[in-house]
Amino acid sequence: MAVISYREALRAAMREELKRDDKVVIMGEEVAQFNGAYKVTEGLLKEFGPKRIVDTPISEAGFIGLGIGASMLGIRPVMELMFWSFSYVAFDQIVNNAGNIRYMSGGLINCPIVIRGPANGGTNVGATHSHTPEAILASHPGIKVVCPATPYDAKGLMKAAIRDNDPVYVMENTILYNDKGEVPDEDYIVPLGVADVKRVGTDLTIVAHGRAVITSLKAAEILEKEHGVSVEVVDLRSIRPLDEETILTSVRKTHRALLVEENKPFCGVDAQVAYLIQSKAFDELDAPIHRVSSIDAPQIYCKRMEDLQMPNVERVVAEALKVLA
Amino acid sequence: MAKPAVLTHPESLKRPAGPSDYAKDPVNAAMSKADKLALYTKMARIRHFEQRCIRIYQQGKIGGFLHLYVGQEAVAAGTISLLGKHDHIITGYRDHGHGLMVGMGMNECMAELTGRVTGCSQGKGGSMHYFAPDKNYWGGHGIVGGQAPLGTGLAYAVKYMGLKGSCLAYMGDGAVNQGAVHEAYNLASLWDLPVIFVVENNGYSMGTSQERSTAHPGCLAKRAEGYNMAWDVVNGHDVYEVRAKTAVALKRAHEESKPTVLEIFTYRYFGHSMADPDKTYRDKEEIKEYRDKKDPVLLFEQELLREKVLTPELSQKINEEAMAEADKAAVFADESPDPTVADITKHIYWEEDNRGPKTTSRGTIIFE
Repeated sequence: MAVISYREALRAAMREELKRDDKVVIMGEEVAQFNGAYKVTEGLLKEFGPKRIVDTPISEAGFIGLGIGASMLGIRPVMELMFWSFSYVAFDQIVNNAGNIRYMSGGLINCPIVIRGPANGGTNVGATHSHTPEAILASHPGIKVVCPATPYDAKGLMKAAIRDNDPVYVMENTILYNDKGEVPDEDYIVPLGVADVKRVGTDLTIVAHGRAVITSLKAAEILEKEHGVSVEVVDLRSIRPLDEETILTSVRKTHRALLVEENKPFCGVDAQVAYLIQSKAFDELDAPIHRVSSIDAPQIYCKRMEDLQMPNVERVVAEALKVLA
Repeated sequence: MAKPAVLTHPESLKRPAGPSDYAKDPVNAAMSKADKLALYTKMARIRHFEQRCIRIYQQGKIGGFLHLYVGQEAVAAGTISLLGKHDHIITGYRDHGHGLMVGMGMNECMAELTGRVTGCSQGKGGSMHYFAPDKNYWGGHGIVGGQAPLGTGLAYAVKYMGLKGSCLAYMGDGAVNQGAVHEAYNLASLWDLPVIFVVENNGYSMGTSQERSTAHPGCLAKRAEGYNMAWDVVNGHDVYEVRAKTAVALKRAHEESKPTVLEIFTYRYFGHSMADPDKTYRDKEEIKEYRDKKDPVLLFEQELLREKVLTPELSQKINEEAMAEADKAAVFADESPDPTVADITKHIYWEEDNRGPKTTSRGTIIFE
């Protein structure tokens, strides 16, 4: 098993799927000649040529729509958004077209498209480039959303997404691109809708997704060392479909839940998770469910403040202690 | 009240119509008598289907919006009559005529309007969302101009697979100011895609005339020049002309893999949708002028009478049969069952509808 970065894991997934299926096409701004704005697609043009690895103009509504149209005829486009924040100019295509066509056609048409790219704050780039739209998009039936937190999950989820016959939106994280982890050399997928218990514990369940998982794992270590608390960390990995059973199983064991995400609190993913826990495991709870989200404001530019705006280890530890109080 | 705007269609269209200048165009000269009768029959079927829809709508059996194609028949009929195995089409919400032209049945079309499970989309799409991918018809799209990138993508897929084909992406004149359309134009030309953008210019984007909505009105197709694309303008009241000029664009798509913008001048006799009382933005006289002198079905009928392809008796028979077919479809739509509550959550995800031993995903995907 090799130790590779999150970025390399994503690239390996795309390379393997490009080899496996000649209908797979990588498309997006700067993905080919420039080798990727974040170098995720580095080297793919050289290996697969310009028919498979396609540079697009800065024209998200146009090229995302084009990819959706091509997917209706059986092409399997993997579209890169330089930032998921840019999806907002292609929202009609991403939601109305990719998300609705199967339904409105009574099941006659599929859109096997993957749209991928980073969706995170914490990079000191201000509000327009720091959106985390997984909750917004996952609120639309017809769309699938995954948020890998580790290199292993990044590769496995990306491969599952490319093989999926429905639109799958993969939300990556620029801060995780250099994180390293063990990734098998052989072919594998991480199925959609399967959460992963990233740390086993008995006193408190933290549910998180994306980079919030990494933050929560760090917080869990401090909670154990400094406060003697055993924390279980559930990584959702997939937002829609959502692995409700793994969440509930953990809460039934620990009887306390803290939900951590980078979204703003209003209608975040964890609003749904909190509803789930209270509706299916109300009697199991020994304390109210707490949440740590980003402070409810557009993303601030000032880096020192942005680090405080987002869930960080200190905020997670402090909130966990409140749930445990 | 402000004076209604004057339609800005070209002067040539304001002359009384005579015999078609395009009857002898090779693509029309090659038509057999049977071909011509079939084309006329299809136009008559669209006309009578749409007129039957009005009655059903007025009876309260069609919900939502109903955008009629009456007056525009020659556009769908002329363009689609030329298409082959690898030619695809996609359009906006005024989509009934295209559906009938590709060979969808009146029953499934009518039942979709009344929201029945026997409808082409099982009552899940409605008037604006007809689909028949088995007939290369990819919708039926509700958001103005949103289908233009999709059509460009269909053309991209055709080219990617090495097929000699095309996609005709239709839109109304109101769509030409949407960003998605301009982005599609740019990509189509930049990547030499075999797409034909058909602008069905009926003069009004809902209740707003072209001169009130569009800089450089009078020729919307010319915007293609900004994208280094070929373009042409077409008299959409003459189905022969529509065929002749579409054939040129199709050849460009098939032989050179190059896009075209075709602006086809046409006219709708009814409001933007049935929800439009049609009293504020145009004169009744204008509608009468088009109905009396430029009706595409009537003009083609006269053409075929002159050519002695059609007789008054045969015409009457064709029209009566189309009316009877529409009547039967109305009964079918009336008598068909609704989808069930359980049907509401079907056809959302391919994977959920096709769960089997190979399915890998788990978890909740439809929420309570």
